[in-house]
Amino acid sequence: MIEIKGLTKQFGKKPVVEDVTVTIEPGTITSFIGPNGAGKSTLLSMVSRLLEADTGEVLLDQNNVKKWKSSDFAKRVSILKQANYLNVRLTVRELVSFGRYPYSRGRLAAEDEKFVDQAIEYMNLADMEDKYLDELSGGQKQRAFIAMVIAQDTDYILLDEPLNNLDMKHSVQIMKILRKLVDELGKTVVIVLHDINFASVYSDRIVALKNGRLMRNGPTHEIINSEVLREIYDMDIPIQEQNGCRICVYFNSHT
Amino acid sequence: MRNSTKLMILAAIALVFILLYGFYDIKGGFDYAFPKRMLRVTAMIITGIAIAYSTVVFQTITHNRILTPSVMGLDSMYQVVQTLIYFFAGSMSVWVLNKYLNFGAAIFAMVVFALILYRFLFRADKHPIYFLLLIGMIIGTLLGSFVTFLQVLIDPVEYLSLQSRLFATFTNVKAELLFISIGILFLAFLYGYLIMDKLDVMSLGRENAINLGINYDGMVMRILILSSVLIAASTALVGPITFFGLIVANLSYQYLVTYKHSIHILGASLISIIALVGGNFLVEHIFELRTTLSVIINFIGGIYFIYLLLKESRAAG
Repeated sequence: MIEIKGLTKQFGKKPVVEDVTVTIEPGTITSFIGPNGAGKSTLLSMVSRLLEADTGEVLLDQNNVKKWKSSDFAKRVSILKQANYLNVRLTVRELVSFGRYPYSRGRLAAEDEKFVDQAIEYMNLADMEDKYLDELSGGQKQRAFIAMVIAQDTDYILLDEPLNNLDMKHSVQIMKILRKLVDELGKTVVIVLHDINFASVYSDRIVALKNGRLMRNGPTHEIINSEVLREIYDMDIPIQEQNGCRICVYFNSHT
Repeated sequence: MRNSTKLMILAAIALVFILLYGFYDIKGGFDYAFPKRMLRVTAMIITGIAIAYSTVVFQTITHNRILTPSVMGLDSMYQVVQTLIYFFAGSMSVWVLNKYLNFGAAIFAMVVFALILYRFLFRADKHPIYFLLLIGMIIGTLLGSFVTFLQVLIDPVEYLSLQSRLFATFTNVKAELLFISIGILFLAFLYGYLIMDKLDVMSLGRENAINLGINYDGMVMRILILSSVLIAASTALVGPITFFGLIVANLSYQYLVTYKHSIHILGASLISIIALVGGNFLVEHIFELRTTLSVIINFIGGIYFIYLLLKESRAAG
């Protein structure tokens, strides 16, 4: 279980995340939503120890994240940030193989290869596994990076806006795969999303942030309603039900 | 062609040049000339490996392929330390006479300098490469002027002694430093063997490396120290060669297509040896010492440097 307790982070004098306390429920997809500058990515970075918090702590299985051995933590929690520019030239398969590093230390065993194969299969990359990343489109590259995180085989998978640069088809594909990871393999996914409709349709729980503060934290159906969304986004967001999915129709609403 | 084949070819060429350099056209006393030549060849091999190794690891932690420790002024720092020692302590002080102490002081200053550079230039935001280059040039000029300023003030006799220390060349190898350098290189390789796989992961960038369980900031610190120590060893032995690391590292990146550091460090080292031993052979026997190798290296290296810059800017634009 990941517990976030009273996390605060300032950049200069500006507080970006202020006193946020959230518990991530295992076996769910939890989405972080909120307007620009709400502190979603910063929060995710602190949970995954990419960034150190000013005050507060993050606990993984009751132990402070800072106390975890780096290599052990990497077997439990993985993180993928949004900007993924590489300085080295890698093939898709080489990149995905790096996901096994916490286990293999660079020397892949047969079992590691199996995980790599599976991850590539999962992300539909089998036909381009020997291509170099710089030959791929933005969406394909993104899928390769997600495959690396899947190969890492952690209980917790943290993703920072993984749908950036992706078209509708690939966005839906990725959200479905994440759903599968949770439902079939029992993983826990925490994801920063910009599009609240993806959050509404695919996540179990939603954490809403605004100006660095926690606004709401609860099951999806409690958050996706017009009143709560007005609080978060300062706009009227009508909601329509479609095949059991709640869709926010905000495109022509009054701001 | 496979990478292992390519490495074999490089090793064969290097060996040919080493043998040529050792045995070609020995007139008169073999017993006199041969050990002298071997001493020089050893110095070249050590320098070549040290520069190649330090450049490749430095470029990994700074995530670029243009900046090298030399371009950022790290080897100028060696001259600053030596000049400061002569200025304040004099040529008869323990800081000069005890070569271990002297070497240690130089390494210490270079490591501190490298850490400061890293902290302000590479760690925080991503600066454009031109900005970093400009900073490197300014630092180099500043340190150079500072050294000149101090040297003007030093007693002329002291200055001569200092000069012989700073203007080491391949024809004037500091033999007494050779053993320290071999020792340093040996330790560096021992350590390198342990961290080779970590270096591969670190080339994916800070965030991906941390995700995969690397203690990134701690590793960066250790690699900066490793890189500084290697540069100190090579500078002490034969003096600064600014563009050399840049050439050999990039030739290796182009020739050997892989992300593996073990292969690039080996490849760049072999290319270094070929360039240094082969170059010196040509300079001594073909050009008959009418030019020096550092002139040739900086000439070719400078052109290659401009080519890389243009390529980089095209890729970025």
